[in-house]
Amino acid sequence: MPIHEQNLIRPENIITNEELEIDGIDVSGHWSTFIESRVVTDYNEDIEDEVAALPGGEYINRCWQCGSCTNSCTVNAVNPDFNPRFWIYLVRMGMESELLRDKDIIWQCVSCNKCTYSCPRDVNPEGVMKALSHWLELKGHTPKSPSMHFDEEFADQVFSTGKIEEGRVIRGFFQRTGQPLIQDWLVELVKRLIRHMPVKLLMTMGLANFVRPRTRDWGRAQAAIEEYVLERDAANRKALGLDAAGDH
Amino acid sequence: MSEQKDLKRVAYYPGCALEGTGHAYDRSTRAVGKELGLDLVEVENWNCCGAMEVKNIDPKLQTYLSSRVMSIASEDMGFDTVMAPCNGCYHNLKKAEYDLTNDPENVAVTERLSEKAGHPTYKPGSVETIHALDWLKRAIGEEGLKERITHSLKGLKIANYYGCMYTRPRHIFPEKDQGPGSESTLQPHFMDDLLEAAGAEIVDYPLKTACCGGAHTLSDSDTSTKLVLNLLEAADECDADIIATECPTCHSGLEMHQIRAETKLGKKTNAKIVYFTQLIGLALGMNARTVGIHENVSDSINFFREKGLA
Ligand code: SF4
Ligand code: SF4
Repeated sequence: MPIHEQNLIRPENIITNEELEIDGIDVSGHWSTFIESRVVTDYNEDIEDEVAALPGGEYINRCWQCGSCTNSCTVNAVNPDFNPRFWIYLVRMGMESELLRDKDIIWQCVSCNKCTYSCPRDVNPEGVMKALSHWLELKGHTPKSPSMHFDEEFADQVFSTGKIEEGRVIRGFFQRTGQPLIQDWLVELVKRLIRHMPVKLLMTMGLANFVRPRTRDWGRAQAAIEEYVLERDAANRKALGLDAAGDH
Repeated sequence: MSEQKDLKRVAYYPGCALEGTGHAYDRSTRAVGKELGLDLVEVENWNCCGAMEVKNIDPKLQTYLSSRVMSIASEDMGFDTVMAPCNGCYHNLKKAEYDLTNDPENVAVTERLSEKAGHPTYKPGSVETIHALDWLKRAIGEEGLKERITHSLKGLKIANYYGCMYTRPRHIFPEKDQGPGSESTLQPHFMDDLLEAAGAEIVDYPLKTACCGGAHTLSDSDTSTKLVLNLLEAADECDADIIATECPTCHSGLEMHQIRAETKLGKKTNAKIVYFTQLIGLALGMNARTVGIHENVSDSINFFREKGLA
């Protein structure tokens, strides 16, 4: 059985000559298959420290590469390219260009914490996935992921009122990501939802769109949180060697 | 686990979702409590626990937000137990408790924010956070419940779905995996115990603690649909009529992606998605409306009518 967890031989590095004769011997086809050697020259020794400086990444240095995280991972089961163990390896080795090949799927971690549950070294791989997504975005390697847009919409509401109202979060998220609110399956959902609903309840739910739920006297907490967030953002950017002024 | 503690009157933290999509969970939890003579006193002027979203922005902020809820329950209201039915809230309060017990940096941030916000800093150890499952299991128990069942769930085949946040990661749930009587993080069984006591037939459901992709329900809907479809198809395979839920995010994720799998992938599945508190309410003889069955998207009301439970 091959090692299926991560193949280091990339298909584009496997070379086969359809027509080849060496010293009068015909070696066409698979007789001439060879693997182009994998050369990594652009080590970035700072990545590990930078990821460790972001929330969630603190314990990345504990990893001993057992692979339990990948083996238990929910997303790995639906997409074998999603591989927390491998990414932790690349970060620790400083293999930036290899890491960037997977930059567009790292944010897809669903935070199920199966990895954290099974990690024998308390690396908190779930946290590392979040730190890594932040790192990619802060460094400008990826645009803000849909997940980050959702988190920001949600968090902004909590910071300003103490609570969220789901309808408002959903609308805000679709707006931020430029998607239409009318999606066929959402329409179907609402239709089925209201099938047996009494009018009174529907009105109460509709009302929630106008009367924002909020925590009373939240102002001081809001100010304290906003001050903290600005400080954290500046600290994160500094740790990554970026200017203090972000666009948060 | 302090079995002796009187759970007849506990602080109740519904959380944001139970005021919105999880309305039926709130409704059925309160109704069941009332029926069983258990007092739920809502935490005054509560705030969001921080959910996964604030944790993703900064975990220490989530700790602070959760700590404020526990601070109100203990300092202002004098409770030593907070009951949170939402897996997300329950998980976050537990996580905050762990962080404030073990991590000085977290303590410093929570102290600073509490002080500036003008409320007492939460002292770890002042309250015990429990889930609605712990609450019913410890306050009433299987035997107590059996005595009060008027409408046995006999003939209902149920797959119990616990999700991620109720058991993972283990270190924030020190009371679990402590031998007989305690909850298991690998094979949770509190919901099985309670619904079995209510007369239902519990199927051997292999995906009890699999993930529904709730974190990216909207931001990566295709992945969530795939994950939920697994859960639904496994339930159909086990011949379950119902998937019982204990979390508003899982519950609405299952409802939503059941429809999405149908409209986008043409995969129709049959299991009805029902909160475990709704099932217990029905078994206690409560009216289907009282426990909010009409709010369930997967049309469980007709199913319960057929079974003579609504
Ligand atoms: S489970 Fe932990 S130690 Fe093992 S590879 Fe994953 S992060 Fe590293
Ligand atoms: S938390 Fe993320 S990385 Fe960990 S197992 Fe779940 S999906 Fe995989």
